[in-house]
Amino acid sequence: MNKLMHKAGVFAVYLLLAINAILVLGPITWTVMASFKPGVNLFSSSFTDFSFTLDHYRALFTDTPYLQWYANTFVLAFSNMAISIIVVTMTAFIFSRYRFKGKRNVMMGILVIQMFPAFLSITAIYVLLSKLNLIDTFTGLLFVYVTGSLPFMTWLVKGYFDAIPTSLDEAAKIDGAGHLTIFFEIILPLAKPILVFVGLTSFTAPWMDFILPTLILRSEEKMTLAVGIFQWIASNSAENYTLFSAGALLVAIPITLLFVATQKHITVGLVSGAVKE
Amino acid sequence: MDTAMDQPRVANKLPPLSVFLMGGTQLLNRHYIKGCFYLLVQILLVLFATDLLTALEGFITLGDTAQHRVGFKIIHGDHSIHMLVEGVLAIFLTVAFLAAYLLNIKDAVKITPCTIGLKQQLRAFYDEHFALIMLTPAGIAALAFIILPILITVLVSLTNYAAPAHIPPKNLVDWVGFRNFLSLFELKIWSSTLLGVGSWTVIWAVCSTILTFGFGFVLALALSNRDIAGKKVWRVIFMLPYAIPAFVSLLIFRLLLNGIGPVNSIINGFGIESIPFLSDPVLAKVTVIAIGVWAGAPYFMLLIAGALTNIPKELYEASEVDGASRFQQFKEITLPMILHQVAPSLVMTFAFNFNNFGAVYLLTEGGPINPEYRFAGHTDILITWIYKLTLDFQQYNIAAVVSIIIFLFLSLIAIWQFRRMNSFKTDVSMR
Repeated sequence: MNKLMHKAGVFAVYLLLAINAILVLGPITWTVMASFKPGVNLFSSSFTDFSFTLDHYRALFTDTPYLQWYANTFVLAFSNMAISIIVVTMTAFIFSRYRFKGKRNVMMGILVIQMFPAFLSITAIYVLLSKLNLIDTFTGLLFVYVTGSLPFMTWLVKGYFDAIPTSLDEAAKIDGAGHLTIFFEIILPLAKPILVFVGLTSFTAPWMDFILPTLILRSEEKMTLAVGIFQWIASNSAENYTLFSAGALLVAIPITLLFVATQKHITVGLVSGAVKE
Repeated sequence: MDTAMDQPRVANKLPPLSVFLMGGTQLLNRHYIKGCFYLLVQILLVLFATDLLTALEGFITLGDTAQHRVGFKIIHGDHSIHMLVEGVLAIFLTVAFLAAYLLNIKDAVKITPCTIGLKQQLRAFYDEHFALIMLTPAGIAALAFIILPILITVLVSLTNYAAPAHIPPKNLVDWVGFRNFLSLFELKIWSSTLLGVGSWTVIWAVCSTILTFGFGFVLALALSNRDIAGKKVWRVIFMLPYAIPAFVSLLIFRLLLNGIGPVNSIINGFGIESIPFLSDPVLAKVTVIAIGVWAGAPYFMLLIAGALTNIPKELYEASEVDGASRFQQFKEITLPMILHQVAPSLVMTFAFNFNNFGAVYLLTEGGPINPEYRFAGHTDILITWIYKLTLDFQQYNIAAVVSIIIFLFLSLIAIWQFRRMNSFKTDVSMR
């Protein structure tokens, strides 16, 4: 009897997993199929229609600025990652290892500020950027991205650095190591998992963000993927829907692979950042 | 240089010199770095003094000549908003200058002559002020792109910067005090929108946070079950919504759930009428929450899966010896241990969802339209309302007031969380 109950329980868990897998994979499968389906009427595409074409992908590269958008987003993502890693780790290192006046208040301020998305003061940011002649430039957008994620990331990475024993840096100091030597040769090598997390988060942010590029990047040749693809959907024209399915897949695949490949590090980042706070 | 160092001198105090010439006393006493810095501050001040004064004056008036025409020629008037921003910058700089001036005098009063050469001075400066030097870039960036914008937003809320009558460079903008706050709370059409959109924002944030946590928990538990095979595969599948860029999945759902979309055609196939997932006011809200859970549950699944491994196995073994059932184990060990670990992320997720622009805008664009709201639809949350107020209707002043409301609300939550966190533990992270 007990064994039967147990089997039923396991079956229930499998059922739950299966239902969930369908909910997750269904929409994805539909998009994949739609992107290969001939014709432009996306809505007629059903789950049982197996005709196949590469027309939409061809159209993506020949008739639209999709490649340009892809390149823009990649450049933004890569720069955001590189700059964020440098600024965040250095700032977190200072907060973790040095004492200075007003540190407690600054930490408190960081905790409050990291909850505000940059968009809340967008009018002001827009005016500031236009005063600096940075509207419609990647530099302007990067400034906003890097500073926007700085408070949260610093908090996260500081927490990770705090867990690295200070006896290590003290020993190095006795051996005559300077501030930067300690940072580069002791702290950073031990912080690889959180660095991967910071890198991944800041790399993927520009692929997902819609709101800031809409506002800051004005010309079509500077658009990012999220903005360009949203316009296809918002235009409510069937032809653009099929372009969307192909275009969306080509964005989703590399990002998804990146996440799956680094999933161990993500868990480390999530757990060390969120859990231990 | 050498002869000077042979004979230690009395401090060349002359503090009055620094009163007139910043850094003067410091330079006399061979503190080259400090001296040059203060001197540079003063030179800059002299060079830009008139600009500073003009900016401060402009901040008060916000301009007095509107754009106008003489014959066929358009004469450019004052740009009030640029004047406001310049004014804030000028106030920042004035305060910074005053602080530098006071520091300069304070330093001059207790100065002693420097006995080491410039190279050693640089070395010592670097060693002593390493933290300050390294924090400068981040500090300036945060000041320029976080603090300053928040300040300007607060100031904009005190002006009449809004379409149609007050959009520079065509027209001037004026200070109006707290009038926007009053109209937002007292004018029926504004206050009912604020109340409606605000309460839906809270409902959305609470529901999506709790439900994502719940579903994530269930998935994490299922995946930690000893009797389940192929865990790695399941895990990767369930991770997909977290890995796929949110804007892609949201737009996919927007197409799938469209009135004539594939989901409805399947439903029609069963002889049931189409369901207005995104166009019925109530159903649209349910859909927004459901999709939010679809996209957000994997985050908690990963987080809780990590947290589960932190629970000591001995606890379960001990409770088994005591004859606890699996349900009791869950209630007495797993749930409290997880909640304790994950609580901070619950608060963070709530704050994130509160401002989750994409989850609403990409799916419904705030629709369906609500005729009783001003510039907002049924599913609009505060931040998408701000987006419309700003980009579509140019009501910058009211948008600023709404931003301030969000600032205050989230600050309260942050401070509350901070207090709670500190009560848990000793001063580790404040070290």
